[in-house]
Amino acid sequence: MDTSVEAAADTSAQLRPERGEPGPDGRPEGAGRQDIGRQDAGRRQAGRLYLAIAQGAFRRYSTYRAATVAGAVTNTVFGFILAYTFLALWQARPGLGGYDSVQAVTYIWISQSLLVTVAVWGGGFQDEVQERFRTGDIAIDLYRPVDFQGWWLATDLGRAAFHLFARGVLPTLAGALAFSLTLPADPLVWAVFLLAVLLAVVVSFGLRFLVSLTGFWLHDSEGIRAVMLVVAMFFSGMLLPIGLFPGWLGELAHVLPWAALIQIPTDILLERRSGFAVLTGLGFQLLWAVLLLAAGRAAQLLATRKVVVQGG
Amino acid sequence: MTLIELQDVRRSFTIRTKAGRLRREKREVHAVDGLTFGIDAGECVGYIGPNGAGKSTTIKMLTGILVPSSGRLRVAGVDPARERARLARRIGVVFGQRTTLWWDLPLRDSYELARRIYRIPDARYRANLDRCVELLDLGGLLDTPVRQLSLGQRMRGDLAAALLHDPQVLYLDEPTIGLDVVSKARVREFLREVNTDQGTTVLLTTHDLVDIEQLCGRVMVIDHGRVVYDGSLDGLHAAGQSERTLVVDLAEAGPAIEVAGARVVRVEGPRQWLAFPAEESAAPIVAAVADRYPLVDLSVREPAIEDVIARMYAEVAIG
Repeated sequence: MDTSVEAAADTSAQLRPERGEPGPDGRPEGAGRQDIGRQDAGRRQAGRLYLAIAQGAFRRYSTYRAATVAGAVTNTVFGFILAYTFLALWQARPGLGGYDSVQAVTYIWISQSLLVTVAVWGGGFQDEVQERFRTGDIAIDLYRPVDFQGWWLATDLGRAAFHLFARGVLPTLAGALAFSLTLPADPLVWAVFLLAVLLAVVVSFGLRFLVSLTGFWLHDSEGIRAVMLVVAMFFSGMLLPIGLFPGWLGELAHVLPWAALIQIPTDILLERRSGFAVLTGLGFQLLWAVLLLAAGRAAQLLATRKVVVQGG
Repeated sequence: MTLIELQDVRRSFTIRTKAGRLRREKREVHAVDGLTFGIDAGECVGYIGPNGAGKSTTIKMLTGILVPSSGRLRVAGVDPARERARLARRIGVVFGQRTTLWWDLPLRDSYELARRIYRIPDARYRANLDRCVELLDLGGLLDTPVRQLSLGQRMRGDLAAALLHDPQVLYLDEPTIGLDVVSKARVREFLREVNTDQGTTVLLTTHDLVDIEQLCGRVMVIDHGRVVYDGSLDGLHAAGQSERTLVVDLAEAGPAIEVAGARVVRVEGPRQWLAFPAEESAAPIVAAVADRYPLVDLSVREPAIEDVIARMYAEVAIG
């Protein structure tokens, strides 16, 4: 069976010199034929492709300036409301959850600055994929010789890079000017924090990608998305630090993937995690990132098979 | 060399319909029902049929995003569904109602991305882009965000995007839909250029028969998932039993003319319409009419290809 396909392909090999090159998803197309040098070149080209996709996404989001400014202002306003609420709460219960009041206020401002970057509420590529299911443009994504998951991950990383800057700087500055915050002096802590944010975005992507893929079966993932929004708000530590959840709920919240979104990066910046605890925190994020990406890949395989075999 | 080959390709879908409160009935629909044809390299083929005839299903199978239920399918030596990524480098696809361009970004960015996706060598990329920019008059548009382009401009942008990687085959799904006369003419001119000068094989689905008349040497009409006609456009008239119309103006209104070889299809005061087989000569009919009726003026109308095809669709529906 395979040999006939190869033979048929050989007739056109003279016309298409790129035959046998690895696909942009890194998987060789003419498996087992090419040497390692060519595989390396293929990986470099694939890397450049995904970088180009991410850069495009970054530029795309940067074209909507008014929306970005409005969003950053909203984050700042909510930062003020929540910061005063937290101050009142911590005045009544000093040291709640092991945070002092300065740390609690810092927690608020950092979580507001990260909210859109790690897309706790969903969104980013999700809006686009949902729209593409509705219009049927999803078919275009399938015949393009680029891996579906890789394509959308690259766009989401580009978007997150833009949002980290555009939606993070203003709230952080406003918070630092109006309140006394505790921010680390050690640049290494900031570097580790950025790494934790990157992992948080990937975990968030993994979750949202799974929600988006339900569109292949349900045609519209809006309902599931609404449920996920509530779950994510609660379990990410966006409403309250997870450490404040009582008993088994707290234990559960600490092992669910949403903890990777807000709680872990913020705790790293607050230096509530240091030394080995930083590594376990990053390890936890990495584990969920890998698990969710793998689950997304499996679901994508099922979804494309369904579409290709059963029809869209 | 046969570039696209279909042998008894079938595709059916299972449709579930509600029948009662909980019960659901399964029904098989044959969207494509035994297609066999081949398209040679360099051909430009019009693929037409009424809505729901199976055109889009065929295109989806040819791009590999749908697997045939049975039959054999080869495009440029590749089994589309099994090697979609490899095939994608050899084909270009343009959907009139969808876009592959990056909506919020300048046109140029979409082309740069295509360069990376298809790994187009620099020299070839530049040459192809220059050619497309010139032929499609895209020069002033390259830095305009796609969302600001008119439909005609966007369509031209999409055509260029589909051709930068030198595909052997170009599938076009209603490329002129919604365009004005000038834009349509420009798109057709470009497609003719691509087909004749570049030798790119073109498969075109459309509801605009002028597209076919101006571009395609070969027409395939499909209906209910089967090919009902495959041949030249002229041959379609014969196959469709088309009729010409003789319009006569008499001196005064009267009863319907009775003449051998033609029948009256319409009477409006002194004017009457007579239909006769397209391959028959009009002369004897004109002579017979002039001999017996007070003839003032007359004209002969050629059959419109639309009517021929409409009749063909209707016949298939009845048969």
